[in-house]
Amino acid sequence: MLGLNKTDSKFLLIVILLTLFTPFLMQPFAADSGLDQFNGGYPDLMQKVAIFGIFAVGFNILFGLTGYLSFGHAAFLGMGSYAAVWMFKLLTMNVIPAILLSMIVSGLLAVIIGYISLRRSGIYFSILTLAFAQMCYKMAYSVLTPITNGETGLQLSLSDPRILDGATESTSLPVTNIFGLAMNSSYKLEALNRVFTFNVGFYFCAVIAIIAFYIAIRLFRSPFGMMLRAVKSNQTRMNYMGLNTKPYTLAAFVISGMYAGLAGGLLAAMDPLAGADRMLWTASGEVVIMTILGGAGTLMGPVLGAGVIKYLENIFSKINESVLHSWFHWLPDGLEEVVVWVFARFTGEGWHLTLGLTFMLVVTFLPGGLVEGIKRLKKLTKRGGKPKDKLDAPDPEHTPTPSKHVV
Amino acid sequence: MGILEVKGVGKRFGGLQALGDVNLSVQENTVHAIIGPNGAGKSTLLNCLVGKLIPDTGSVTFDGNSVLGRKPHEINQMGISRVFQTPEIFGDLTVMENVLIPCFAKRDGAFRMHAYESIEQEPDIVNKAEQMLIDVNMIEKRHMTGSSLSRGDKRRLEMAMCLAQDPRLLLLDEPTAGMARADTNNTIDLLKQIKEERDITMAIIEHDMHVVFSLADRITVLAQGTPLVEDTPDNIKGHPKVKEAYLGETQEV
Ligand SMILES: Nc1ncnc2c1ncn2[C@@H]1O[C@H](COP(=O)(O)OP(=O)(O)OP(=O)(O)O)[C@@H](O)[C@H]1O
Ligand SMILES: [Mg+2]
Repeated sequence: MLGLNKTDSKFLLIVILLTLFTPFLMQPFAADSGLDQFNGGYPDLMQKVAIFGIFAVGFNILFGLTGYLSFGHAAFLGMGSYAAVWMFKLLTMNVIPAILLSMIVSGLLAVIIGYISLRRSGIYFSILTLAFAQMCYKMAYSVLTPITNGETGLQLSLSDPRILDGATESTSLPVTNIFGLAMNSSYKLEALNRVFTFNVGFYFCAVIAIIAFYIAIRLFRSPFGMMLRAVKSNQTRMNYMGLNTKPYTLAAFVISGMYAGLAGGLLAAMDPLAGADRMLWTASGEVVIMTILGGAGTLMGPVLGAGVIKYLENIFSKINESVLHSWFHWLPDGLEEVVVWVFARFTGEGWHLTLGLTFMLVVTFLPGGLVEGIKRLKKLTKRGGKPKDKLDAPDPEHTPTPSKHVV
Repeated sequence: MGILEVKGVGKRFGGLQALGDVNLSVQENTVHAIIGPNGAGKSTLLNCLVGKLIPDTGSVTFDGNSVLGRKPHEINQMGISRVFQTPEIFGDLTVMENVLIPCFAKRDGAFRMHAYESIEQEPDIVNKAEQMLIDVNMIEKRHMTGSSLSRGDKRRLEMAMCLAQDPRLLLLDEPTAGMARADTNNTIDLLKQIKEERDITMAIIEHDMHVVFSLADRITVLAQGTPLVEDTPDNIKGHPKVKEAYLGETQEV
């Protein structure tokens, strides 16, 4: 299908089906079942998963394939948002031109940052990208205030020209749309004691994410993807084979910068705001964590990582002390206080602690990320769930290690 | 005039004169062996040819053009491929991918995106890579990763990668070290066959005299950074100076 082999096609199909049925999948618990806080906060959460999925998939093209760890990808995310909002202000509220400009502008920024940073590798490359991103962040706050609107952030206003949309008499701000279909409009379906919402914004993000994912699969399987893996594996051999690695790494850097820009543009398309915070180093770190948590160098890993982190963020930050009290009210009074106090450290504001712990556990016990965990589970079930026997374990000396980078 | 001309090359590492005053002329379409005891400077000499090291003195020309000051990838593009003493392969990639890369890379090394087609869509290139693996007797290992191979297999793989480039000058640094006897003989046969089929010049460093005398048209003996003698294999065998400096202490001919 579409130039993919059988396994990849199946894989893509699963992703498409999962996305299409998200409104159902994200509502497993009925509204009155008491577990409804575990329902995914659709559509906001799912939009975020799709958008950050794109961000992480793009980041993985650079980090997973070439091994160059960028700590400054948030610069492209922020750049994409600014570009999109400017498009909304100047041209039209239609999101298509906005996200196109996002990709172009962040691609150009990536050419400059990449060209300089890629002169170094390893930790020096990481530090250079981090420095560039922090520079962008600082500039967005200071000298570039006329473009970025500084601390307030770039917002729509009634006096914006919006050349293509023409003048409106409306006194409220216009909403982003795709050829007239508003991004925030949704169709609600009530059934089975649940409300299923079909939101335009989510489906738009989902379609873009699927396209972005499809392109990533093609890239992973292409000769170009193979060259990028070769760069990660042995640059010396590349050089002594007549290949200058710089154009390859730069191309990967720009492509992943454009993915980040696209994600930034989509964030603005869902909520037409752009602030310098999006360029902060914590945002750069988040995409690194997503990719590693899911499994760097794998196709599914970054999407999985983005999903897990955004889901945890959404669910855990919603659980406050009163929710905890309602959970543990059956405990004796003194004990209840203690238990609630402990859990409260890991939820609400403290959800980063949960994230940190999860990340630590995954990196320590599953160096290949969640994808490796899934693979191990599959192996276990194939053996009929038998616990691994020492004698069963493959002998590393005599079994060829399968290539990484698959799935 | 040989295809490769090394004139007065010297290289110092701190207090150690690794190469003294090396003159070497390799004729086109011949196999030139360089032998000598450990630490004689053989690998250092190759490093000076491929741009890994820049010699302190002297000149190196390939086909009339100087290679000094050029980057490794530029020198490779001139037509020089090298098999390293410690195998340099892509450890994370499969054996097949290892060979596919030089097959995809153009001789000029030009950057090509190729980002939207799959590898299977290029049957010519895949066939060439498969043929290369059949030639070095490794086709059944094509799905293994490079790092899981034995040392001898790594070397055969690296040789396949270099041969896939169709080099004009192939530099081999101890190509059979770490190989089983049978594989060594296969390698000799392969190199003999390549030599007959193609316009290719080879410079080969080797400790295994069986390999040297099976392949070489000319032999240079290097000791302590200076060439001792250069002659045909038959003359080298009986040369008293060589026996004294090298053969006497390591191997019987
Ligand atoms: N980069 C370097 N820095 C310092 N000394 C070096 C370097 N490379 C080689 N040498 C020294 O130069 C001398 C020649 O080394 P070289 O590797 O060329 O020997 P060789 O003839 O290839 O030996 P072998 O048969 O063991 O491979 C050795 O004494 C070695 O220790
Ligand atoms: Mg050596």
